[in-house]
Amino acid sequence: MDRSTPAADNPWLALRTLTPARIALGRTGTSLPTQAQLDFQFAHAQARDAVHLPFDHGGLRQQLSDAGHDSLLLHSAASDRHEYLQRPDRGRRLDEASAEHLRAHASANPGGVDLAIVIADGLSALAVHRHSLALIKRFDEQAQADGWSRAPVVLVEQGRVAVADEVGELLGARMTVMLIGERPGLSSPDSLGVYFTYAPRVGLNDAARNCISNVRLEGLSYGMAAHRLLYLMREACRRQLSGVKLKDEAEIQRIDGDDSTAKVGNFLLGEE
Amino acid sequence: MARFVHTAGNLLYRFDSLRDVMAKASPARSGDFLAGVAASSDAERVAAQMALADIPLGQFLDEALIPYEDDEVTRLIIDSHDPEAFAAVSHLTVGGLRDWLLSEAADEHSLRALAPGLTPEMAAAVSKIMRVQDLVLVAQKIRVVTAFRGTMGLRGRLSTRLQPNHPTDEPAGIAASILDGLLYGNGDAMIGINPATDSTASICALLEMLDAVIQRYEIPTQSCVLTHVTTSIEAINRGVPLDLVFQSIAGTEAANASFGVNLNVLQEGYEAGLSLKRGTVGQNLMYFETGQGSALSANAHHGVDQQTCETRAYAVARHFKPFLVNTVVGFIGPEYLYNGKQIIRAGLEDHFCGKLLGVPMGCDICYTNHAEADQDDMDTLLTLLGVAGINFIMGIPGSDDIMLNYQTTSFHDALYARQTLGLRPGPEFEAWLERTGIFTQADGRVRFGNDLPPAFRQALAQLA
Repeated sequence: MDRSTPAADNPWLALRTLTPARIALGRTGTSLPTQAQLDFQFAHAQARDAVHLPFDHGGLRQQLSDAGHDSLLLHSAASDRHEYLQRPDRGRRLDEASAEHLRAHASANPGGVDLAIVIADGLSALAVHRHSLALIKRFDEQAQADGWSRAPVVLVEQGRVAVADEVGELLGARMTVMLIGERPGLSSPDSLGVYFTYAPRVGLNDAARNCISNVRLEGLSYGMAAHRLLYLMREACRRQLSGVKLKDEAEIQRIDGDDSTAKVGNFLLGEE
Repeated sequence: MARFVHTAGNLLYRFDSLRDVMAKASPARSGDFLAGVAASSDAERVAAQMALADIPLGQFLDEALIPYEDDEVTRLIIDSHDPEAFAAVSHLTVGGLRDWLLSEAADEHSLRALAPGLTPEMAAAVSKIMRVQDLVLVAQKIRVVTAFRGTMGLRGRLSTRLQPNHPTDEPAGIAASILDGLLYGNGDAMIGINPATDSTASICALLEMLDAVIQRYEIPTQSCVLTHVTTSIEAINRGVPLDLVFQSIAGTEAANASFGVNLNVLQEGYEAGLSLKRGTVGQNLMYFETGQGSALSANAHHGVDQQTCETRAYAVARHFKPFLVNTVVGFIGPEYLYNGKQIIRAGLEDHFCGKLLGVPMGCDICYTNHAEADQDDMDTLLTLLGVAGINFIMGIPGSDDIMLNYQTTSFHDALYARQTLGLRPGPEFEAWLERTGIFTQADGRVRFGNDLPPAFRQALAQLA
């Protein structure tokens, strides 16, 4: 079979080592060569599939149970994916049966807890399937060592970040950690987001949370994510707050680092 | 009591206010349903369009959709309205304006004269009763020409913003995407980076780098780092070479406040940019980005539909004689524009309304992975906007923005529009492309040079 193609080769292919961007794709006429075109379509298909993949909560609960974690399964007020995508307000609240279920749990287990871990499918159930349990294992040991009491892990189908506020409020939790599938990028269909809130209650906005983004094999490691999360939680307990005010101080060091490494030079400018 | 009533199909439809008619007349989109302002049925929507068509244009001067006392954007719109320019159409209804815009009376000259006489609400209203082909046809008559180091918006031209984003702002990675874009003939509108890091020092480093590249290779384009206007002012105060002053804007005072700006801050940014006198063929230097849904997402829409809010942002833009305005149409997500159909229509509305108001419109023809849209939808919108005479589009490597995680038009997509529609880059940049031997364009067809330009060959040799 003849595999040669009339597409023009690309003389600046060496630039590929400098960026993950889709550069030096070549051209046929002025259009994308077949290979590059189909590579893109596959990446987009993977991202689309991740958005629409159903949450395998049964499988995840079994794995949690094997690892010694009780769990509860809840559902947001968004009935299905179609509604979830168009009504973010409904994905942020529990449906009535779920809220009732949590209230019953809380009255059977009075006194509140230090920590509620919430897992929601968000925009990528794939991310949750792949990374949520591994991350929980990484950070739970330390959480136990700190002596924090924990509610059962709460799974929310069709959930958005803020649904953890309602979960935390109903459980009387001092802190919530939300693990949620992030909006898939073309090269990152399985990116997990971690949102931390101190004193959760319905009606908070994003300024009250801290976010750790891009947890996946090619992105932020489980170890690093757990490390940052524990740092935030301990600081939050000390200062009794989370969100922008907590982040400001936690990030000063990092921003300074960026300043000192801000670079101008590159191969296009070379030596003067 | 209903202010506006319309009978259609033996049913009486009632609308509470001009704002209510406008919202219910808007072609269906998810953001208006989310806000609870959309028509409840298709028939009610068309009845609202019929009621809207009968409303005299003068009504928009008497009844502000967002009260004058509450909102500085409304005050700007009313206070800067030009009654003499309006006189040409002041006797018409919204429906009459549609007929006039499509008629022979509306040509490039008369439409330019009319622009300061129209309010955003009038433009939004007429767009709601226009089909896709009407939006394309009327926009195509209009030219909004601006200039800084290159000239934008001339007939038969299409410019591109080279967007070389990188997840960690690595200079070599950004430079690789810049060179890729230049070698595919992109970048005459600007080389514009969305920075990953927002510290002033790293913004300044990126500006220094872009300026050095533009000077080294004598590229007739302009640089932009898309940071908050106050950071640009700070960079200017530090003596950093900055061409275009960027800011995201919206159509209400409260939505702009959520972006941390108001008209005074924008004026300060504009004056700081002008003080540098860096333009060579013109002094338009503000670069604004907008998008339907931004007011609602800031909970600052006052019950006004998202397309009307968006059009009000163009009144803010035109006050500062911008170089370019970019509606980032599919970035915001499916809760505002659900699918390809809604994104395509919104992109054409924004382009039409902006041009009608005299704003140099471009469009980030884009989508996210949770919207019901794909490359075919973007090809459709690109082709339609190309025919409509859009000033500029984005150009990125392989449609994949690895920093912002969304898909927009690629370097190759711009070449497609050049080939099929015969659209050429801005004249200064076109001459640079010919001089360096990257490509020439004759009778629409793009012909690439056989060899890499010597200056770029030298740069690449450093990597070996």
